[in-house]
Amino acid sequence: MSETRFTDQHEWVRLDGDEATIGITRHAAEQLGDVVFVELPQAGRKVGAGAEAAVVESVKAASEVYAPVGGEVTEANAALEAEPAKVNEDPEGAGWFFKLKVGDRGEFAKLMDEAAYREFVKGL
Amino acid sequence: MSETNETLKQTPLYALHLELGGKLVPFAGYAMPVQYPTGILKEHLHTREKAGLFDVSHMGQAFLSGTDPARALESLTPADLTGLPEGMQRYGLLLNDTGGIKDDFMTTRLKGEPALYLVVNAATKDGDFAYMGEKLKGAADLKTQPQRALLALQGPMAADVLERVSPGISSLTFMQAVRANVAGAHAIVSRTGYTGEDGFEISLDGKDAERVARTLLGDDRVLPIGLGARDSLRLEAGLCLYGHDMDENTDPVEANLTWSMGKRRKEARDFPGSGRIIEHLLNGAGKKRVGIRPEGRAPAREGTEIADKSGRVVGHVTSGGFGPSLNAPVAMGYVENQFSAPGTRLDLLVRGKAMPAEVVAMPFVPNRYKRASK
Repeated sequence: MSETRFTDQHEWVRLDGDEATIGITRHAAEQLGDVVFVELPQAGRKVGAGAEAAVVESVKAASEVYAPVGGEVTEANAALEAEPAKVNEDPEGAGWFFKLKVGDRGEFAKLMDEAAYREFVKGL
Repeated sequence: MSETNETLKQTPLYALHLELGGKLVPFAGYAMPVQYPTGILKEHLHTREKAGLFDVSHMGQAFLSGTDPARALESLTPADLTGLPEGMQRYGLLLNDTGGIKDDFMTTRLKGEPALYLVVNAATKDGDFAYMGEKLKGAADLKTQPQRALLALQGPMAADVLERVSPGISSLTFMQAVRANVAGAHAIVSRTGYTGEDGFEISLDGKDAERVARTLLGDDRVLPIGLGARDSLRLEAGLCLYGHDMDENTDPVEANLTWSMGKRRKEARDFPGSGRIIEHLLNGAGKKRVGIRPEGRAPAREGTEIADKSGRVVGHVTSGGFGPSLNAPVAMGYVENQFSAPGTRLDLLVRGKAMPAEVVAMPFVPNRYKRASK
């Protein structure tokens, strides 16, 4: 069973065993507007929780994407390089950014669950 | 958002922006729509394909009257204003005492009217008008027009759309201006804009603005367009944004805007900072504004350093983003003179990496102005 959690920086992370898939939330994609460029981490790169791991750019501005949990990057979503608009079309599905082999699963447990994230967004 | 908007000024179209789902952001002290639900990318492309309506009522409008307001205003700009024919508009640079650029602005001489009609930038209007008022005291009288709204209708179908509600208006050519009736409202209409497309700017009383805007939006070829697309459109057109692509630390030669200086003015050298500016004209300035095409898809934003191939920083980006019509990143910035020729290979230092780029001629997207045939 996979479980998805959320950060206050509007990333989502889905954990399957020790593999985490990371992307930006629908709320974040809507706020950004049309995504025109995504810079992704290379496989093998080690990132700590909260570290800058990717960049997403809309027509208007560039934003950092932080790793919600630490680990080693196993795969980046190469499809986004040719089709960055996937981030807007399906931010929490086909628009995923990268996958990590998670180190400390305790970092995951500290993140918001979906209900908490929805409340968080409502309060913005 | 409601909290910040309370302290912001509103244009006469504020309620309409909200009704249209505009995402309002603070800009130059106003709550302005950065985009509508259509989104910046589609708004941009729609303007190039059909027609877009922009609210630019935040810009500063004024009339300058007096015995010879054109001659008076020439003391603050190197533009040829006394030579501006009736029914024409002209672009000019407002200079400080040392020839630095305080703003760029439009001057219109309407047929049969002694006063000049001026439009300046929103963020600088208070300063500009105070400066003009003080410098021209005794020579000309500036009357600001805060009650006026300004709409821009831009795109290849703009003329057909406007003709329907203002018969005869499509006979104007680029940079011509006239008083006209637009959908029943008294307006000053000029065939100009800030997108590189054919189009019009329509100045009218604020009380008429919403009704005229609704009439224009009632044409199914017209969509409301926000400031986000306005910025990407003007960048592709190679047009400067004041405060970014030029400021008081740049002069007209450095900003590559010498075309806005009148021939007579250059010969007479009778404008602020003419010593420095003529010296730069003759011998080149140290830096120059250029167009830049980054390779790949990563945009280089304002502030990005520009390096030569040895890694030495030789300039910086002043406007940069993604050009939806080019489907590629575009930028403009200042580089040392010896790197300003089109074709020069440079690197953009984006997030610590050197991204190859090339200096190119502007506009990035060809202008489609409706010029008078000669």
